Amino acid sequence: MNFSQYYTANDHFTIIPAVMLALFGCAILLFDFWIFPDPRQRKWLLIFVVLAEIFTGVGLYRQQAWLAGQSPSMLQGFGGAVTLDGFSVFFNWIFLVAALIVAVMSYQYLEISNEHHGEYYGLILFAQCGMYFLATGTDLVVLFIGLELMALSFYVMVGFLRADKRSNEAALKYLLLGAFSTGFLAYGFSVLYGLAGSTKLQDIGDAIAARPAWDPVVFLALATTSVGLLFKIAAAPFHMWAPDAYEGAPTPVTAYLSVASKAASFAFLLRLFNGPLQSLSAEWEPILAFIAILTLTIGNLAAINQTNIKRLLAYSSVSHAGYMLLGLVANNAMGTNGILVYLMVYTFMNLGAFAVITAMRRQGIIGDELEDMAGLMHKNPGYAMLMLVFLLSLAGIPPTAGFLGKYYIFLALIQSGHYGLAVVATLYVAVAIYYYFKIVRSMFIREETERAPAASSLGLRLALGVTGLLTLVIGIYPEPFLELAKTSLVR
Amino acid sequence: MDQHLLSIILFTPLAGLLVLVLLPSKSKDLIRIWANLASFAGFLISLPLLSRFQTGASGFQFEEKFDWIPTLGAHYHIGIDGISLLLVMLTTLMGFIATLVSWSGIQDRLKEYYAMFLLLQTGMLGVFLSLDFFLFYIFWELVLVPMYFIIGIWGGPRKLYAAIKFFLYTLAGSVLMLLGILTLYFQHATQFGTYSFEISDLMRTNLPLSMQQLVFWAFFLGFAIKVPMFPFHTWLPDAHVEAPTAGSVILAAVLLKMGTYGFLRFSLPLLPNASADRTIVQILAVLSIIGIIYGALVCLMQQDWKKLVAYSSVSHLGFCTLGIFSLTPNGIAGSVIQQINHGISTGMLFMVIGVIYERRHTRLISEYGGLAHVMPKFAIIFAIAMLSSAGLPLLNGFVGEFTILQGAFEANRAWAAFAVTGVILGAAYLLWLYQRTMLGQVTNGKNLTLHDMSFREVAMFLPLVAWAVWIGVYPKPYFDILQRPVAEIVERVHPGYFNGVLAQMPRPLSPGGAK
Repeated sequence: MNFSQYYTANDHFTIIPAVMLALFGCAILLFDFWIFPDPRQRKWLLIFVVLAEIFTGVGLYRQQAWLAGQSPSMLQGFGGAVTLDGFSVFFNWIFLVAALIVAVMSYQYLEISNEHHGEYYGLILFAQCGMYFLATGTDLVVLFIGLELMALSFYVMVGFLRADKRSNEAALKYLLLGAFSTGFLAYGFSVLYGLAGSTKLQDIGDAIAARPAWDPVVFLALATTSVGLLFKIAAAPFHMWAPDAYEGAPTPVTAYLSVASKAASFAFLLRLFNGPLQSLSAEWEPILAFIAILTLTIGNLAAINQTNIKRLLAYSSVSHAGYMLLGLVANNAMGTNGILVYLMVYTFMNLGAFAVITAMRRQGIIGDELEDMAGLMHKNPGYAMLMLVFLLSLAGIPPTAGFLGKYYIFLALIQSGHYGLAVVATLYVAVAIYYYFKIVRSMFIREETERAPAASSLGLRLALGVTGLLTLVIGIYPEPFLELAKTSLVR
Repeated sequence: MDQHLLSIILFTPLAGLLVLVLLPSKSKDLIRIWANLASFAGFLISLPLLSRFQTGASGFQFEEKFDWIPTLGAHYHIGIDGISLLLVMLTTLMGFIATLVSWSGIQDRLKEYYAMFLLLQTGMLGVFLSLDFFLFYIFWELVLVPMYFIIGIWGGPRKLYAAIKFFLYTLAGSVLMLLGILTLYFQHATQFGTYSFEISDLMRTNLPLSMQQLVFWAFFLGFAIKVPMFPFHTWLPDAHVEAPTAGSVILAAVLLKMGTYGFLRFSLPLLPNASADRTIVQILAVLSIIGIIYGALVCLMQQDWKKLVAYSSVSHLGFCTLGIFSLTPNGIAGSVIQQINHGISTGMLFMVIGVIYERRHTRLISEYGGLAHVMPKFAIIFAIAMLSSAGLPLLNGFVGEFTILQGAFEANRAWAAFAVTGVILGAAYLLWLYQRTMLGQVTNGKNLTLHDMSFREVAMFLPLVAWAVWIGVYPKPYFDILQRPVAEIVERVHPGYFNGVLAQMPRPLSPGGAK
C-alpha cells in the first residue's frame, strides 16, 4: 500500500511547524526522566523549548516566504482540511511569541513554587500545537482536535500547582465548564455536518448559503457553535470560569491562557464567522453586538472592585474580548484587520503585565494582591515603569500599542455605521482607566508594605524587555506591524 | 536650523528628560539645577521664533512634514501660525517658570517630579504644534499621564480623588472626540479614496450639516471638558486645589488652553457649517455666559484662596469661549489674547498662593489678613496679579476682555450685556480677596513673623509682570500676529464676511479688526 498519496510533500509543508512542536513536546517528556533526571538539569528542557520554537519559527518563515510569492497566497493540504494562508501564519507567529515568552518567564516561578517538572514545557508545546490547527484548520474535525489538544493541555497546566488549593479548584472548574462548552460545540458541529454532509468549511458554507434565511436548523447550529466558542474567548455570559481559572493558575499559565488561548479561539471564530457563517451575518450581527456590549459591561464593571490583580486582569481580559467581538460585529475588512492588530498588541501588553506579576512571586510571597504592588516604584522602578506602560496600553492610551487595537475597532464600527456601539465602547475606556490606575496608584503613590525586592531572573528580564519594547515600538512606529496585519487578511 | 526649529523646540524637554533620568537620585541639587536648565533651554530655544516669524503671512510657518504611518495616513506634520505662536511662547515660558517655582516647594521624589514636568512640556507643545490629527491626539493624551502623577503624588490631602477625577473626565471627553475624528477621517476617505489625518486634507471634506453637527458635538465634549466649560467644570476646582503649586500654574496657564485652542484649530475650520449653525452658537454662547457668571458667583462664596482662583478660571475661560463663538474677528482675536492673559495672570495668582502656602501651609482666607504690613514686596506682586486678572486698564486683562466684549456685542448685544456683569463680579471677588488677605491689621499672630519674598521668588514673577504690562500698554503686535489667522478662520466660518457684513457695521476700534 502506498501512503505517499495521503501525505504528500505539499501536505507536509502545510503542517511542518505543528510536526516540530509535537516532536519536541514528546522529546521533552522523554528526556525529562531519561537524560535529565536531576532537577538541576531542567534548564536544558527550557533550552529545548527555545530550540523547538526556533525550528517552528523556521517552518513558519518558510511558509510565509513561500506564500509571499503566490497569488492567491494560500495552500491547502490534506484535501482542504488545513489551509495555509497569511491569516494562519500571522496567528502562528503570535502563538510562537507567546509560548516562548511564557516558557522563559515560567522557569523561576516554578522553582519558587516547588513544582518544577519537565512536563510543563511539553504541555506548552502541545498547547501551541493545538493552536496551530485552530489557526490553520478548515475542517471541523481538525478544528475540534486542535481545540481539544489545546484545552486539555491547559486543564493540566492550570492545575499545575498540586499543593495549592486554588490551583486545583481552578483546574476543576475550568475542566468542568470547558467540557460542557465542548459539548455545545460538538453538538453544533454535528448539526453543521448534518446540513452539509461534509466537515469541510467550504462545503458547509455552500450548504448554508443554499438554505433560506432564518432556517431553524441553521440557527440551531449557529447558536450552539457560538456558545462553545464564546466560552473559549470568555465572553459574557460564558465568562464565569475566567476569573477563577486566571487567579488559581500559575501566573505564567494565566498569561498563556489569556493571550494565546484567546487568540487561537478568535482565529477559529474568524474562520467560522467570516467563512461558512458569513451568509448569516444578518442573524448573528445583532446577537454578537449584544454579547459584545454585555461582555464589555460585565468585564469592566466587575474589574472595578477586584483586589486581586490576577482577577482584575481576568475581568479586563473579558472586556478585551468584548472589544474584539465588536470588530466582528462591524463585519468589514477594517474590523477583521482590527481584531488581528488588537490580538497582536494584546499579546505583548498582556504578557508583559503578567510577567510583572510573575516577578512579584517571591519566596513566601504569592504576590498577586493589589497590596503586594504597593510602593513598587521605590523598590524596582524598572518594573513599575514597565507595568505603567503595559497598563496604559491595556487601557488604550497613546502612544502605546494598545491604542492602535482600539483605534481599528472604533474605526470599523464607524465605518459600518454602528455609532451607538462605538460610543459605549469608547466610554468603557474611561472606566478601564479607573481600575488599571488602581494598580498604578498602588505602585507609584502608596508606600511599600514589605521590603523584599521583586524576583528577577534573566528569563523574566528578557520577557519584560521584549514585551515592553514592543509595546512602545508598536505604539510609536506601528507601520511594519500594521502592514503585516493587513497582508494577513483573507476574506 | 530653521526647517527643524519646531522639532527642536518640541523635543528639547524630552532630551532634558533623558539626561535627567540618568542623574543619581540622591543629589537633589544637581537634579534641580539640571531640570531648571533644561526648561530654561526650552524657553531660550523658542525665542528665535519671535524674530523669524513673518507676521501677516498666510498659512503655516516653519512647517515640517514626514510620512509617519502611511497605512493610516498619519504624518509627522508640525507648523505654527499666529495663534499657535503665542500659545507656544506661553508654554515654554510657563514651563520654565513652573520648574523654577518648584525649587523649594518640592522636597521628595524630585527626579520623578521634574521628569513628569518635562514630559508634560513636550506633550503640551505637541498639541499646539501638530497639524495632523493623529499626531495631535497622541500629544493630547500624552499630557494626561504626567498631570495625573503631578497631582496624585505631590498633591494635597485629597490628591488621589482629584487626580483620578481629572484623568477620567478628560479621558472620557477625548475618547469621544476620537470618535469624531474617526468619523471625519472616514468621510474624507470615502470621498477622496485615500486615508489622511492631515488637517488641510480633512478641511476639503464635504460634510452634510447633520454629520458636521454630530462631529461638532463629539469635538465639543473633548474640548469643552478640557477648557472647562460650564457643566463640565467640576474636575477643575478639585484638580487645582489638590495640585502642587507648579501643577496648578501649568494646569491653569497652559493645559486649559488646549481646549480653547482645539475649538479654534479644529472645530471652527473643519466644521464651518456646524460652527456657524444658529442653535449650536446659541448653546455655546449661553454655556459660556453661564460659566462666566456662575464661576464669578462661586468665587464670591469661597473660603479657600486657591479654590477661589480655580473658579475664577471657569469665569475667565467663559470669556474665551464666548469670544470664539461670537465668530467675529474681534471676538476670536480677543479670545486668543485673553487665553494668554489668563495664562499670565492666573499663573501669577497661583504662584502667589504657592508663596504664601509654603510659609503658612494653609489656604483658608480667614487665616490671613493684613499681610501687606508684613510682606510689602508680596503685596505689590499680588496686587499686580490681581489687577491684571480683574481687567484693569493698562494691564493685560483689560485688552482681552474688552476685545471679546466688543466681538460679542457685534454678534449679539444681549451676550455682551450679560458678560459684562462677569467683569464687574470679577473685580468684586478679586478686590475682596485682596482686602481680606492683605489689607487692614494683622489679625492672626502667626502672620507677624512671615518673611517677605526671596530674590528667586521675585525673579520668577518678573517676566510675567513685564509681559502683563506689555500686553496692557501696547497690544498692537499681538493683534498684528493674530490678524491673519483669525481672518482665515472667520472667512471659513462665514464666507464673504469681510466683503459683505462688514460694510454695514461700524468700524471696529481695535487695530486687530479686519482691514
